[in-house]
Amino acid sequence: MFDPNLLFEQFFNGLQLGLLLFLLAAGLTLVFGIMDMMNLAHGSLYMLGAYVAAQITLWTGSFVLGVAVSLPVILLLGVCLEAGLLRPLYARGHLDQVLATFGMILFFNEFVRLVWGPEGIEVPLPDFLKGNIVIFDIPLPNYRLVVIGVGLIVALMMYLLVTRTRTGMLIRAGASNRDMVQALGIDINRVFTLVFGIGAALAALAGALAGPILAVTIGMGENILIQVLVVIVIGGIGSIRGAFVGAMLIGIIDILGRSFLDTFFKLFLPVNAAETAGPAVASMLIYILMAAVLFFKPQGLFPAKTG
Amino acid sequence: MGNRAQILIVGTIFLGLALVPLFAELTQTPFYLDLARRMMILAIGALSLNLIMGYGGLISFGHAAYIGIGAYTVGICAEHELVSGFIQWPLAILVSGVFAIIFGLISLRTRGVYFIMITLALAQMMYFLGVSLDRYGGDDGLPLIERSNFGALVDISNNVTLYFIVLGALVLSLFFCKRLINSRFGMVLQGTRSNETRMKTIGFPTLRYQLTAFVIAGMMAGFAGALLANHTDFINPDMMHWTRSGDLIIMVLLGGMGSLAGPVVGALAFILLEELLSGVTEYWQLIFGPFLILVVLFARGGLLGFFADKEQRDG
Amino acid sequence: MKKILVYGISALALCFTAPYAIAAKAKKIKIGFVTTLSGGAGVIGKDMRQSVEIALDHLGKKMGGIPVEVLFEDDQVKPEVGKQKTEKLLNKDKVDFLSGFIWSHVLLASRNSAVKSGKFLIVSNAGTSKIAGRLCHKNIFSTSWQNDQVPMALGEVLNKRGVKSLYIVAPNYAAGRDMVAGVERTFKGKVLGKDLTKWPTQLDFSAELAKARAANPEGVFIFYPGRATNAFFRQYAQAGMTKTPLYSVFSVDSLSLPKLQQAKLQNVLGTYSTQFWSPDLDTPVNKKFVEDYRTKFNAYPSHYGAQSYDSIMMIADAVKAVGGDLSKMDAMRDQMRKASYPSVRGDFSYGNNHFPIQDFYLREVIKDSNGNWTTKIVQKVYENHQDVYAKKCKMKKSW
Repeated sequence: MFDPNLLFEQFFNGLQLGLLLFLLAAGLTLVFGIMDMMNLAHGSLYMLGAYVAAQITLWTGSFVLGVAVSLPVILLLGVCLEAGLLRPLYARGHLDQVLATFGMILFFNEFVRLVWGPEGIEVPLPDFLKGNIVIFDIPLPNYRLVVIGVGLIVALMMYLLVTRTRTGMLIRAGASNRDMVQALGIDINRVFTLVFGIGAALAALAGALAGPILAVTIGMGENILIQVLVVIVIGGIGSIRGAFVGAMLIGIIDILGRSFLDTFFKLFLPVNAAETAGPAVASMLIYILMAAVLFFKPQGLFPAKTG
Repeated sequence: MGNRAQILIVGTIFLGLALVPLFAELTQTPFYLDLARRMMILAIGALSLNLIMGYGGLISFGHAAYIGIGAYTVGICAEHELVSGFIQWPLAILVSGVFAIIFGLISLRTRGVYFIMITLALAQMMYFLGVSLDRYGGDDGLPLIERSNFGALVDISNNVTLYFIVLGALVLSLFFCKRLINSRFGMVLQGTRSNETRMKTIGFPTLRYQLTAFVIAGMMAGFAGALLANHTDFINPDMMHWTRSGDLIIMVLLGGMGSLAGPVVGALAFILLEELLSGVTEYWQLIFGPFLILVVLFARGGLLGFFADKEQRDG
Repeated sequence: MKKILVYGISALALCFTAPYAIAAKAKKIKIGFVTTLSGGAGVIGKDMRQSVEIALDHLGKKMGGIPVEVLFEDDQVKPEVGKQKTEKLLNKDKVDFLSGFIWSHVLLASRNSAVKSGKFLIVSNAGTSKIAGRLCHKNIFSTSWQNDQVPMALGEVLNKRGVKSLYIVAPNYAAGRDMVAGVERTFKGKVLGKDLTKWPTQLDFSAELAKARAANPEGVFIFYPGRATNAFFRQYAQAGMTKTPLYSVFSVDSLSLPKLQQAKLQNVLGTYSTQFWSPDLDTPVNKKFVEDYRTKFNAYPSHYGAQSYDSIMMIADAVKAVGGDLSKMDAMRDQMRKASYPSVRGDFSYGNNHFPIQDFYLREVIKDSNGNWTTKIVQKVYENHQDVYAKKCKMKKSW
């Protein structure tokens, strides 16, 4: 019954899911960590990124162009949002931020419905991304390989940006002690705008990439937002490393749960009970994981704040 | 905050609520009875959330779970033909309390955003549990064959009677909250919100106070859930979905957090706005969304604070 | 004291305004139609609304000579919103008939209000086993099917085609589990495995598809309505499962096919599904319905639309039979039970639970002469099939 090929393939799937989550988590964790800003509308940027990319793809027939246009468009939107709407909210509590960004979610969802209708749009993939490559008898879809490749490159770039550049130093400093950075005479507002812009562009990238696998629809942002919040909380808010580890954990555990839990339950439960319990527990698994992590490490795995 | 203005507003609201059945009968529109009853039940839920959120500083993003637990207790009892309200309602409060103790013990280890997220996670687990409860309808939910039965005392299968029971429950909840907040317990809770370390240093077991508040809020929400099950004649896991917890938070903030009657105003405003705007346009959230943002930016202290303050300035 | 006073006044007011005898012939007939207009599922509501429009066109916007108005309400796929809208239609708008209802949970939440009002409820889609069984009612009729019938027909198809082994993937919610139970009830081969996925948020099926491929079945059975349809078919193709035939219920229809075609998912062509209806079903009523719908809206109607069209026609037939006197509930009910109205499905009859006893067909996805994707009937699978829950309904058939 146990198949090593299947296990390998599921790790591959988990990696792909995890990297997609990471694209969203990286931006959100920085916004959260540095600005102490609870931004629920991050999912809306993901959705808008997917819609813009899909629309450009339909107009021009080029998926690559769609992604390429979507990124700067959403980056610009993110910068405008930050400067126009979010800045007055930094000084407020988390609750005001929750309420205001929730209002933004409602607005953007309805806006998308007004512009594109309730049905959602479809993104045809170019032929070279459609097939699959067979490795050890396992057909790995080309497109998922591309998502993994892009995700790894972004992760590496983020790592270099945060650890090797002056900007990155400011970001890290901002995440661990914002007041200190300000006291040193650094224009923290510019860092904020930059970070928010990067986060928005990464969200758009994730949305554009997810479009051809999942579906470009209204509400796609909220569904993934909850998972992303789980990721950054497990990782520790403000930590890129935490976001990466958290995303990988959630991706792989979610996939493994869906794949093997019912088989596992069948070892000691009657078939009927196992078939009910398997999917039920699989859908709760990431929340159980988060509750467990926070129970033992109330600040997540890699706490960024020092005071 | 203008205390007299606040009393005036709240008094007007309750007078209005008491007149709804008359209005509904005269105009032959029982629909408004239904609408106002739902508002009041959610107002009780919002009141309970305000206890921990407004006065305790504990932002729970999973408060709808306790409403769901209360509703499910009533629904499951009814399914097993245990229809006595004298058993159902206390049981609903008790069961939500037990869940609140367990969840409180887990989540109160964390603070801030982590607390928000862990309460969300626990509520989502309850949601998925409800979805997989095949015996009780799964995600399709369960129609309540019969409302809670109070024997000869009162017959809540009559919609107007249930309306006044809910109204009475709301008034009682409001008074209960007032007493609780002004008690020594309430003072310690508020002290902990503003400076936990100081309260600890003075020697208060702050965690125990917070947990108690968390459990009381959970039990109140469970009571609202028992009412909600009777109101809709139906239970389903959607009641526990995270967006419902979000709705409750919005109600509290909209009305004015940390003010006694704020949540009542918020719940009423929320439901009314939803009803009015969706009547105006199919794209009502296009208006509702920016409205929320405006409330945050310009009406600090929520609607109640906004109007009450203004009254005071004018007069 | 104040409360008692108010209560007294209310009671007094009630006495004065108590409804007196209704005039023999109504001046206007109002039908309340609860469906989903917002969100992703709004596309279903749109199709239903358009089909109702076609029905009204065919009726000349009159039933038995009386002008008719249909009021649409949006349930937002939320049970309590649906219930509230149902109450609004009944109490505020004072509708004479209720119809619509896509979702089982919305229907179940609204059932008590509808039953209490004493009006007819003509269900245009939701086929929950509860309404077909224990919770059946003399004033509730269905113009669709009971959920289990469609996958049962598919299981029969698999047997006929000699499929020996099957892998099942469906969402983990009530309807999803019904579909799985339905196909397992009739399929005689071996079920190699089944996965129930998180609903409605899970749109990534990589883990399930990897398991399905590893199991190496002769066929894969799915139930993925709405936006999950495209996601599933696309990932099925990407996972390289081109050789394993895919069988589906309630997933490939006139609403999803244009989207699937737009996404160029060639693997959808040639897949099989079962249903009581198809746009090419050869009955005079259906031909007219589909033709007029296509002329007016430039698209194929779906089964949701066909059922909604039938709901309106059934109400019209009952109103006509009593000459517009809506107080004659029993006479209208007798007329409805005859199922004599012109239905898109041709001749059928009603079972004791007021669910249709009807034929089911196997449908294949093809390209029509204009290159549009649609479904074509391949063969009849069931003739006059009745659902299994009718036995649990206490009503006796007397017609």
